[in-house]
Amino acid sequence: MEPPAKYLYYPGCSLKATGIAYEESLLTTLRLLEIPVEELPDWNCCGATAYMSVSQSSATLLALRNLALAHQTGIRDVLTPCSACYLTLRKSQELAAHYPETAKDVEQFLEQAGLPHPDSVRVRHPLEMLYNDVGIRRLRELTVRRLQGVRMASYYGCQAVRPYGEVDDPHEPVRMDEVLQAVGVETVDYPLKTKCCGGSLTGTIHEVGVRLNYILLKEAQRKGAQAVVTICPLCQFNLDAYQREIRKQTGEPIDMPVLYLTQVVGWALGGGFRELGLHRAISGRKLIEQWFTVKKEAETYV
Amino acid sequence: MERQIRYQREANLEWAHQFTKQPGGERLLSCIQCGTCSGACPLSIYMDLTPRQIIALVREGFREDALRSKTIWLCASCYACAVECPQKISITDIMYRLKREAIQSNLYPKRFPIPVLAREFCEMVRRRGRNSEFWVVFRMALRSNPFVLFSMARTGWDLWRTGRLSLRKGRIRRIGELQFIPVASKEVD
Repeated sequence: MEPPAKYLYYPGCSLKATGIAYEESLLTTLRLLEIPVEELPDWNCCGATAYMSVSQSSATLLALRNLALAHQTGIRDVLTPCSACYLTLRKSQELAAHYPETAKDVEQFLEQAGLPHPDSVRVRHPLEMLYNDVGIRRLRELTVRRLQGVRMASYYGCQAVRPYGEVDDPHEPVRMDEVLQAVGVETVDYPLKTKCCGGSLTGTIHEVGVRLNYILLKEAQRKGAQAVVTICPLCQFNLDAYQREIRKQTGEPIDMPVLYLTQVVGWALGGGFRELGLHRAISGRKLIEQWFTVKKEAETYV
Repeated sequence: MERQIRYQREANLEWAHQFTKQPGGERLLSCIQCGTCSGACPLSIYMDLTPRQIIALVREGFREDALRSKTIWLCASCYACAVECPQKISITDIMYRLKREAIQSNLYPKRFPIPVLAREFCEMVRRRGRNSEFWVVFRMALRSNPFVLFSMARTGWDLWRTGRLSLRKGRIRRIGELQFIPVASKEVD
């Protein structure tokens, strides 16, 4: 299928706060790829896992309002970087399509709110967009800088690759590795790539949440990775923000950069340090500065 | 786990049957108790009952045991169990239904932060259309255990100095459209 001429961007709440580097790097990457994008006007919170724990029908309607707004713009493809948003929007479409009772609620809500039915809207994820619409070959051609001798673990997390998406295979996803390799990054075999980071557990049952992230970081280190690459703002936050605590608890010297895929790709395509939000990292700051600070003479050899 | 005897007459099979009408639960009764869900779950070792045990309790109609377990709140909705289940049961959606029912019937551990978080989150979204990570977490801490705010301060500072802590409370323009979304229905849905 032909890639769309323009994308809508649904940020969700995280990409405006803790995950701001994801927004910065995604928009920079799209600009470098000359892909037009505009933010969905007046979008609302997707509801995430919290709304689903209170009411399934309300959660579905809340998520679907965004797709109705997208339909109004006339742009079909909604780029949804956050895994929780991606799953929630997809799930709401699925419930509305397959369960008559939900469909009835949806009809009623859209009519009352004066919104159109969002039949044709497609919820897309940046990873799958880079892989399918841009393509590995083009990414390879457009690469202007390479990270020499840096090995990374691609961490897909949970919700983006699970039942409602088409980001990648839920059991054995490989597309992030392929995208990273296309822009010249060496990836390691990472068996925990789809194990959940615990999501909001670091804020609620803190000890358990931190433990899960320790396991993920430790395994990446054991496999020889110097950094973890993520596609979800919550994964990035959890893995990045609690490393000091992990060091204190375990005594192990873990200080690992946790990057967004769009930061690595954007840098390879020629993006700048700050416009990719690389200055917003909490852990592994020295390594990040060392890798992504452009030395003039090195650049000409690519 | 405390071992307790349960009698057949305590089982509420009608309650169990409702799960089979809910999206994802249609095939509940075909569970073969293989334990793949518990094996796939990254959190099962921290749970009081494993996902497999929860499914067994639900299917046999032991409502209170299922609703009072901490397991349902530890579930991070990662859907690992749902994609691995050989019988195609969406265990995640069953957990969600249990969470909803536990919140509605007030059957969760007091001061337990997760249901508080869910409520604060929904309340903020209902009023503003958007959620502010900072304010939701702050209010959750106040209502469950204010002392955790001290331990959160360091992380808060890290986020602040990297420009990732936003104190802004966003609000959508057409907030009126959200009034047509029922806040929470009387029945568990």
